[in-house]
Amino acid sequence: MKSLLTTLGLCLALCLPGPGLAGGLDPTDFDDPVLEQRYRAMLHELRCTVCQNQSLADSDAGLARDLRRELRDQLRAGATDEQVIDYMVARYGQFVLYRPPLSAATFLLWTGPFILLLIGLAALYLTARKSRRRDEQPIADAAARERARRLLNEGKDA
Amino acid sequence: MMPEIGQLALILALLMALVQGTIPLIGAHRGTTTWMATAHTAVAGQFLFLAIAYLALTYAFITHDFSVAYVANHSNSALPLMYRISGVWGGHEGSLVLWALMLAGWSLAVSLFSKGLPAVMAARTVAVMGLVSVGILSFTLFTSNPFEPIFPVPADGRDLNPLLQDPGLVIHPPMLYMGYVGLAVPFAIAVAALIGGRLDAAWARWTRPWATTAWAFLGAGIALGSWWAYYTLGWGGWWFWDPVENASLMPWLAATALIHSLAVTEKRGAFRSWTVLMAILAFSLSLLGTFLVRSGVLVSVHAFATDPTRGVYILMLLLAVTGISFALYAWRAPTVRSHAEFDPVSREGALLANNVILMVALAAVLLGTLYPLLLDALGMGKISVGPPYFNAVFAPLMVPLIFLVGLGPLLRWKHVSPLEVTRRLWHTLLAALVAGVVFPLAMQGSITLMVVLGTATGFWILFTIARDLYGRATHRGGNPLTALRKTPAGYYGMTVSHLGFAILVIGITLLMAFEQEQDVRLGYGQSHTLAGYTYELRETYGVRGPNYEAVEARVVVTRDGEFVTELFPQRRVYRVQTQPMAQAAYQTRFTRDIFVALGEPLPGDTWSLRLYHNPFQLWLWIGATLIVLGGLVAAADRRYRVFARRTSDSPADDTGRASADDLPEPAGRSSVS
Amino acid sequence: MKRLRYLLPLIIVVVLGGFLMIGLTLNPRLVPSPLVDQPAPRFQLPALEDPERVVGSSDFDGEVVLLNIWASWCVSCRQEHQVLVALANRGVPIYGLNYKDERSDGLDYLSSMSNPYVWNAHDLEGRVGIDWGVYGTPETFVIDRQGRIRYKHVGPLSWRDAQDKILPMVETLRRETL
Repeated sequence: MKSLLTTLGLCLALCLPGPGLAGGLDPTDFDDPVLEQRYRAMLHELRCTVCQNQSLADSDAGLARDLRRELRDQLRAGATDEQVIDYMVARYGQFVLYRPPLSAATFLLWTGPFILLLIGLAALYLTARKSRRRDEQPIADAAARERARRLLNEGKDA
Repeated sequence: MMPEIGQLALILALLMALVQGTIPLIGAHRGTTTWMATAHTAVAGQFLFLAIAYLALTYAFITHDFSVAYVANHSNSALPLMYRISGVWGGHEGSLVLWALMLAGWSLAVSLFSKGLPAVMAARTVAVMGLVSVGILSFTLFTSNPFEPIFPVPADGRDLNPLLQDPGLVIHPPMLYMGYVGLAVPFAIAVAALIGGRLDAAWARWTRPWATTAWAFLGAGIALGSWWAYYTLGWGGWWFWDPVENASLMPWLAATALIHSLAVTEKRGAFRSWTVLMAILAFSLSLLGTFLVRSGVLVSVHAFATDPTRGVYILMLLLAVTGISFALYAWRAPTVRSHAEFDPVSREGALLANNVILMVALAAVLLGTLYPLLLDALGMGKISVGPPYFNAVFAPLMVPLIFLVGLGPLLRWKHVSPLEVTRRLWHTLLAALVAGVVFPLAMQGSITLMVVLGTATGFWILFTIARDLYGRATHRGGNPLTALRKTPAGYYGMTVSHLGFAILVIGITLLMAFEQEQDVRLGYGQSHTLAGYTYELRETYGVRGPNYEAVEARVVVTRDGEFVTELFPQRRVYRVQTQPMAQAAYQTRFTRDIFVALGEPLPGDTWSLRLYHNPFQLWLWIGATLIVLGGLVAAADRRYRVFARRTSDSPADDTGRASADDLPEPAGRSSVS
Repeated sequence: MKRLRYLLPLIIVVVLGGFLMIGLTLNPRLVPSPLVDQPAPRFQLPALEDPERVVGSSDFDGEVVLLNIWASWCVSCRQEHQVLVALANRGVPIYGLNYKDERSDGLDYLSSMSNPYVWNAHDLEGRVGIDWGVYGTPETFVIDRQGRIRYKHVGPLSWRDAQDKILPMVETLRRETL
């Protein structure tokens, strides 16, 4: 088994039943360019479940083809983006969404970076302010200050 | 015979690495000069044996020695010579040998150029790298032996993955590994400094060229990978936010933070413990990337074939390296004093803000990459985090970062009056905003808020660079050329990188906003028009490659009835691995790429084709090239070498201030006060 | 407090390391089905054996059954075939959904081995497969007497899966009252 796996090297070949790495190429024939655009956008939002990490737009797997066909049919029939997404989630779960919806479980995912940014900027401001206050300590003579710094430094760094 | 020699050499390399990683450390601790000196001998030996092992493996590939399992699994008698040479790193085992060889190469370079360092420091640095080598080499030997024999010997090999049979693969992984592994140098120097408790300006100055060089290699590797994905995979995309791509982006972001923070530490003695943290973090993230790619914990398009024992081993290695170094950090860093005073608005402030944003961006990538795993581990369900998330989180972080890239170099150290800055720069900012509106309108005919923000911030960098150069040239009314010639290489390196970044930003903004793709079905003589270009399928015919069969299409592209070019996309089937692969065809012009991938034959003598119109795609590659080039220019700055020679006869100075002052200040003469 | 700040990276490493360790034991390719404990999707399809005959989910209403998704082009389906036969011999009704297969290929496949299926629905287009959230073959669903999906197995069933999971589950579900 191990040698079989190693044989595949990059294991791209593993997941794709049938045709491989040609990208998910389905000619479309929407009359309405807006619909075409919605379809394209949607393909990039949805994950192909059989594949390694690929969107429906990029996958050439049989299932991805079927799902693209389904998507086109539904869009033509007038389904909204939300309806299409609900349809996919009902069958394959949240896993198909490349943009995980905000929920208790994904709260940290969506807010984490921005919370960190606030913390970081606050820390930056405090560091700068603290450094200023130290600067304002009255050591009159520059040479004395330099000497003091050297002393401090030797104590700390050695 | 050669495989046995290679195997033996690999074992000897491990023994050498063991010596290199232990004896000098003990020597440094006890002050025994001869023990410390073994570092330099051992590293040369380790490199030599690894080179032998590497050449033995290459030899096995070139001579089709299918008695070696790795060769049998990754080569074939019909494989062209170039891919037999590059096939050495086309799989897990061989790429580890390359990794180890590069690590030994970097260690050897450190050993050779360490004359400017105190002997204790040099010994410790080389020893730390030796310990990393021990980890990688034992991992290779015990779990992923590239020389493992196979019996019975197969008549022919199973061929290299067709995706990897591309000139892009010949250079992409080595560049990437040079970067990953190169980050071991600043890491080792940081750990050595922590062990010795000396984190001074000399340490920062000594680290800078190494960090910058590794950063440049890593950037080159990422850019080449992106370029390779763009034209080889035939998906027309250049960045997919795949875990493996993220694994290379994260150390790059950390290294970017590191080189900027090093600048402050060297010039102003500030942020010392932060800089050390960045040095450790950057290499830790390299190792994390290695773990993610080779353990199979995440689903990726590019991951290596995985094996749980390997995953456990790399995880142990990762935890040992990061755990020990961060523990050392927790122990030593609190005693490090940074004593610089600065205002929030100052060059230090700008650089620190840049570091904060880079860290947040890094955290976002890390969070997005690992979040599915975290939820799964907690039993909270399976989710996917993909490009829509990363784009949504990354873009708003980039806008202030790009703004700072333009602003930072114009600020003075320590203290700047915000009012003064505004007064001096408002017209530059206004010009950038105007350019941000006018340029996309002129090129593409429409704008959105994101487009204006992206383009304007890009132009902001361009204008501030122009302003700064002009200021330098005309400073004190002397000869402008002399003034520019006297400006140190480090400044030009920074400027070139920032220029590249500006071009990259404008390119990405316009590309993402205005790219168009369409899948079409065409019969012979039929055509389709996308973004003003008309693609006509003329004919298809068979083509025979050395180890593949292909169908090639001739697509004639016209614009307003005028001939533009002929494109020849192929659909290949490799004989051994029999998976079809699209070989896209494209034409690049300064402001747009046109790109055609050939799909499948459809009923009724028609073909499916994917067409892309990618505006400003070339700007991405130009930008990335300049970013890398700038890094190399900065790393070559004479001041680092001069300094290295100077300190060889005097012990490194601890204050960080005095020594910084006798070097030419790189920027600031034209600074806004 | 100040020390703690410097300890933070180490703490993050330890926590992350723990998660990665757990991550190694998980299978990232396994996608749990949202259909488990939901009413099974209804369907009607021509039978593989006879295109004139219509079969569908109403055929197994009120029964504890397995629905097995298979195809002749699916290599690992062959691997689990003997397990299915054994389960059928133990009295577990197994219905087949022949997924995206040519009729003749499907029939050849069945005639080359013993047939464990009560009937096979022929899902040439794969649309029923999508309704059932099929993403790889073989897949096996356990359906209770109320017509709810109670369990989904992705990949070939091993003897152990049949022994330890499927059979006890079928027994339990049979004891549930309607």
